Amino acid sequence: MSPRKIREFFIEKLIFLSGVASIVFVALIFVFLLKEGVSLFKTIGLGDFLGGRFWYPISDPPKLGILPLILGSLLVTAGAIALAVPLGIASAFYIAEVAPPRLRDALKTCIEVLSAIPSVVLGFIGMVTLVPFIKRVFGIPTGLTAMTGSIMLALMALPTIISISEDAINSVPGEYKAGAIALGATHWQTLRRVIIHGAMPGIIAASMLGIGRVFGETMAVMMVTGNAAVIPKSLLQPVRTLTATIAAEMGEAVRGSEHFYALFAIGIVLFIISFAINVTADLFLNRGKKR
Amino acid sequence: MSREGRRQTVGFGALLLATLLVVIPVIFIVGMIVAKGWSALSLNFLFTMPTEGMKAGGIFPALVGTIYLVAAAVLFSLPIGIMAAIYLSEYAKDNLLTRLINLSIINLAGVSSVVYGLFGLSLFVVFLKFGVSIISGALTLGVMTLPVIITTTREALRTVPRSYREVSFSLGATRWQTVRHSVLPSAVPGIITGAILSIGRIAGETAPILFTVAAFYLPKLPHGLSDQAMALPYHLYIISTQIPGIPENYRYGTALVLVGLVLILNISATIVRARYRKRK
Amino acid sequence: MTAEAPTPKIEVRDLTVAYGRESALRNLSLDILPNEILSIIGPSNSGKTSFLRALNRMNDLEPRIRTTGTIRLDGADIRRDLAAEDLRKRVGMIFALPNPLPLSIFENIVYGPRRSGVRDKNILAGLVESSLRSAFLWDEVKDRLQSSAFKLSGGQQQRLCIARTLALGPEVILYDEPCSGLDPISTAKVEESMTELRKSQTIVLVTNNTKQAARVGTRTAFFLSGEMVEIGPTDKIFTAPDDKRTEDYIVGRFG
Repeated sequence: MSPRKIREFFIEKLIFLSGVASIVFVALIFVFLLKEGVSLFKTIGLGDFLGGRFWYPISDPPKLGILPLILGSLLVTAGAIALAVPLGIASAFYIAEVAPPRLRDALKTCIEVLSAIPSVVLGFIGMVTLVPFIKRVFGIPTGLTAMTGSIMLALMALPTIISISEDAINSVPGEYKAGAIALGATHWQTLRRVIIHGAMPGIIAASMLGIGRVFGETMAVMMVTGNAAVIPKSLLQPVRTLTATIAAEMGEAVRGSEHFYALFAIGIVLFIISFAINVTADLFLNRGKKR
Repeated sequence: MSREGRRQTVGFGALLLATLLVVIPVIFIVGMIVAKGWSALSLNFLFTMPTEGMKAGGIFPALVGTIYLVAAAVLFSLPIGIMAAIYLSEYAKDNLLTRLINLSIINLAGVSSVVYGLFGLSLFVVFLKFGVSIISGALTLGVMTLPVIITTTREALRTVPRSYREVSFSLGATRWQTVRHSVLPSAVPGIITGAILSIGRIAGETAPILFTVAAFYLPKLPHGLSDQAMALPYHLYIISTQIPGIPENYRYGTALVLVGLVLILNISATIVRARYRKRK
Repeated sequence: MTAEAPTPKIEVRDLTVAYGRESALRNLSLDILPNEILSIIGPSNSGKTSFLRALNRMNDLEPRIRTTGTIRLDGADIRRDLAAEDLRKRVGMIFALPNPLPLSIFENIVYGPRRSGVRDKNILAGLVESSLRSAFLWDEVKDRLQSSAFKLSGGQQQRLCIARTLALGPEVILYDEPCSGLDPISTAKVEESMTELRKSQTIVLVTNNTKQAARVGTRTAFFLSGEMVEIGPTDKIFTAPDDKRTEDYIVGRFG
């Protein structure tokens, strides 16, 4: 073989290895979460971990039940999605179907800016504006609440929801729309009856990816939700999410302690949930494309 | 006006209202950061060490730390990401392996940032004994940004006309020669766009560096990859939550520098993309 | 084939090309003779292009395409005995639309030679001049070899593509409807270069334009729905074809 062919052989091997690197990294993430996290289950049953009502990691013996954290995450996510999904879909329709071209470009730039703002900055802004606002409006002792977290997280989910929904709306074949208009439907009727139907798989995928983004979000939510590890009863009280727990406590957890392992076990829970959400979203996205 | 016409007006009005509810907060947030952070900005703020327990002085070490981190992360992920995209776009067949790779990319993109932090802690800091250091943080951020680089590069490769490949093959070029001399040169602007976007994204990440690199307060510059370092997003986090009594304009100033950095990167990516489109 | 025919440059035996389940070409056998211009005519979807692209294995780039049968170039099986890259250097191809690479005129022409490892500047410059001369383009571009190939007119771009193929020193050149996008003057120039090249090369020309086949082809084959209806000297095909369908196509009754 000529030197050139040998070089090409190695380059192509390298390209192949890089191609499969993604698989390797996903596997590595899972394995290294397991490596630390599994040790927890030598002392605690899976049921006690997932269903335990108390998270007192530094009491003696520690109580490591993550039910309050799971409920905290769910509550904050549900609040964020209740806000972001309708707003996001409506904005996507406005941008894709109604806005004149110039305004459309301006709006899209605005959404891009939003998606670029780092989470810690949104957390900071939430702390100095939204937290006192919520406290004043509802007359409650602290503005660090689940609702505050939901509002900030809604902002973070919006760019994902809007851009993917907009793609889905734009990819509805023009003939559908032309056909409906030709039958005498108004633009609004076409939008409600025809376009929304065609874009539905993409919109569902967009919402799911939005949920995934919100559920895994860490910094902003940690900075504005008050981080009280109790089972939440309302949106207007402090909560603590799975992600914030890891971020806030890993610094203090002693390596090799049950607390340390428990934080990794939370990581496994997060990994599995995001895996499920993303695979489902991808199924919907592919279904949208095949039609 | 007909009933349907009125309905349409109301419907479109509702859509506009929703859009305004999204857009106004964005303008408000950016405007507020600029308005309140502007007064803190000075060469002194950017290029001096923090003093008095971070209540005064500048953010220089955090700025330098972030630049180190981002540079090292991109040096790691850019070659792998580009080659992975080349594999998927130019070599991969439609088979199970390819589907598995695509699934993995989707999952890498979806994993929570704090889970990346755990992964970096477990693999780089503890298992590979890199310690809490720039290298651990950069590798963590590098893995995290891989899906962004792969997807944008793959998109850039897909927009290269098919005929460039055909001609190259017809002239007796091998597949690699075709990629190297015919496909890649045309995809470079798109690849650069993706690289800049991913830099912007990792510059603002906090959770992955919490346990892998970030130093609370380290009033000196890092000397090498095995040093700990301060970083802008983490700095903003601690001065806004951990230390009371930090002057307001210091916090806004730090936020402004971070947002400014990220937005400048995004704008340059947009410019590269726009120029490239115009040229085509 | 008659006994006195010269040794064929290319022998095609039982060639079948299929896209998935649809076959584009069925059990085709024919010989291509040295230094002839073989024109292939036929309506669209008759398998002409699939045939042409089988000759330099461009079909292999599309994973859905299945090829069976044998093709021999100077007796060597092009699928078994030759690497695709080496085959394509010997059997060059001109595409329907001019497709210069986004490079200078000079770099377009030396693209092939550079990939084979030619580095010497003098050799490359010599190749550029000789190929451009053979493609009747030299005089028009000799002063701006470093400018972008995209700045040339459509006809010039197509002749550039011919020069680019000639720079490989091919033995056979495949033309895939090379004049479909060109005006009559550019077409005449391309045809002129073809007739000139025939002295040293073998040419296979797929064309939708029967008049072009009549003008330049030494022999002509008529393809219909994936089969070869008839092959023979161009004069005979155009004046006294054996098959009624050939006559119908030539006088424009279908296709």
